[in-house]
Amino acid sequence: MQPESVTQFQPVPAKPSGEPPLVAVPVEATPAPSIIVPLPGLSVPAIPVPAIPLSGPRPRGAKRALATVRRNPLALAGGTILILMALIGLFAPLLFPGDPLAIVAEPFIWPGSDAAHPLGTDSLGRDLLSGIAHGAGVSLRVGLSATALGLVIGVGIGAVAGYFGGWTDAVLSRLIEIFQTLPNFVMLVVLVAIAQPSVTTLSIAIAVVTWPTVARLARAEFRSIREKDFVMAARSLGFGHGRIILSEILPSALPPLIVTASVMVASAILMESALSFMGLGDPNVVSWGSMIGSGREYLRTAWYMCALPGFAIMLTVLALNLIGDALNEILNPRSHEDRR
Amino acid sequence: MPTALGIVIISFLLLQFAPGDAVDVLAGEAGSATAEGMAEMRARYGLDQPVLTQLWAYLSNLVHGNLGWSPRYNMPVTQLIWDRVPESLVLTGAALVLALIVGIGLGAVMAAREGRLTDRLLSVLSLVFYSVPAFWIGLMLIVLFSIKLGWLPSGGAGTIGSSATGVAALLDKLRYMVLPTISLSLFYIAIYARLARVSMIEAKGQDFVRTARAKGLSERRILFRHVLRNALLPVTTVAGMHVGGMLGGSVVIETIYGWPGLGRLAYEAVMGRDFTVLLGILLFSSLLVIVANALVDVLHSILDPRVGGSDAA
Repeated sequence: MQPESVTQFQPVPAKPSGEPPLVAVPVEATPAPSIIVPLPGLSVPAIPVPAIPLSGPRPRGAKRALATVRRNPLALAGGTILILMALIGLFAPLLFPGDPLAIVAEPFIWPGSDAAHPLGTDSLGRDLLSGIAHGAGVSLRVGLSATALGLVIGVGIGAVAGYFGGWTDAVLSRLIEIFQTLPNFVMLVVLVAIAQPSVTTLSIAIAVVTWPTVARLARAEFRSIREKDFVMAARSLGFGHGRIILSEILPSALPPLIVTASVMVASAILMESALSFMGLGDPNVVSWGSMIGSGREYLRTAWYMCALPGFAIMLTVLALNLIGDALNEILNPRSHEDRR
Repeated sequence: MPTALGIVIISFLLLQFAPGDAVDVLAGEAGSATAEGMAEMRARYGLDQPVLTQLWAYLSNLVHGNLGWSPRYNMPVTQLIWDRVPESLVLTGAALVLALIVGIGLGAVMAAREGRLTDRLLSVLSLVFYSVPAFWIGLMLIVLFSIKLGWLPSGGAGTIGSSATGVAALLDKLRYMVLPTISLSLFYIAIYARLARVSMIEAKGQDFVRTARAKGLSERRILFRHVLRNALLPVTTVAGMHVGGMLGGSVVIETIYGWPGLGRLAYEAVMGRDFTVLLGILLFSSLLVIVANALVDVLHSILDPRVGGSDAA
């Protein structure tokens, strides 16, 4: 039995018997403000990472959203970094025309020593700045498509399991549990080793290892929402199951899924970079991970080749996590009301 | 148990999808294989049987603890894996312990200074730890501590040819463990710190803490006996789930540091296209995860008296 993790949105009992998971803490207090995070890269099924609210209770709705952003300069910084990275990735072909894998200068130019190549060149004389810019596009593309696919699979399976219950739920929950038990990254390596690595197969493989987190969250949401009055009303009006799931329940279940999605993009980027670092990425595109991988041999003499692309990964992932925290605060008012 | 069976079937199916088989790899390497010779080898490894027969053979072998034969290493896969398990367990165990100690410690400091500058700074720091790719921080630690400062070795699991014994051998081993352990644990330190912070802040506001204070217990006793104990529960729950994640993470970390564990074996298996070994590792590490989850349940029933023995399955 996998212990159910405590999510922010749904107090899930840790034991089938419904025992509250915390010692001497009443069930009502259980929902620790946390977001379910698909373990980036090197990791695990669902980890609830508690969000750290940066301020006290606040007004509701859009006003609160604005107030949160204003009170949380870190989220603003995260958003700015992310938009900047997206623009760089999007316009890399215009800003740095030509193949980023092409040899353009002397090898081993240190950053800052040649104005034509501000971030220097690698062991083959490829421009690092151009590589990082093009890599931004690849990383974000893999991150977004893997997350989109993971969300579709996860929400689909979770919704069906949570909505229908019974044996459908029993079978699907078992499936979710099986995929959560398989160590994420080991499974990912196996999948990529079997399929030919390309941006598409990488995205699919990452989605295959991350969907269970979403499925569990969606299942819990659907299970609780299907008992609500408005769903009963829809049912008594004779709406079909598909319509109830998609247009009645899904919109209410969306907020926690949105928070999860932002963190999933971050973890997908980490996974992609780790795979390409090990030489299991798409060999035809330049990626931050593969740049670090090829610079690794020259760590002793030219460590900047590893440091710079890694810094880009860290900034992007940090930006996404900061946004995830802020979204969590905006979309999950309960975590504040419960706690004070 | 059905979970384990499901994992076995998934492993087997993946093995079927793998392009080419071990015989193809061997023949390619030998460079002079004949069609008859390859057919003979396939027959010897049972690779020419129908899929269901192979699944049955796979299952019955598993029951006997046999994960198959690696033609590449010319060794049973079980043997290969067992040889690497101790090193992997040492590394992941050390990383988990380090992450728990530092993470809960940081969480306690943040909870004690809630909302103040220390709390904010540590929160940002933990988010940075959470966002850094483990393999990259591994390389950067090598640059700093091995190349620039020369304090610690950059790879391996012990000084080669060292004849040290006892304490000296242990210290030697520890020197090699420092960097990989830190690289592997940073991410989890961040998670535990945030989780411990929230649970402790929550516990501090509970009635039983007020009661303890009213009874005149010292702050220290309240912190350790009441608050910390509550923070440990959610942390141990996720820590059990992290065993799988750490095993996955060790694939990259062990590759960087040349640590002779399961992760490095997985990397070598991918590079050598040895899918029998690769899927053996997947299967074995999944079983470790199942065992870890069972251990967490036991731990819970110790930490939380309300979790009865009967439903802690």
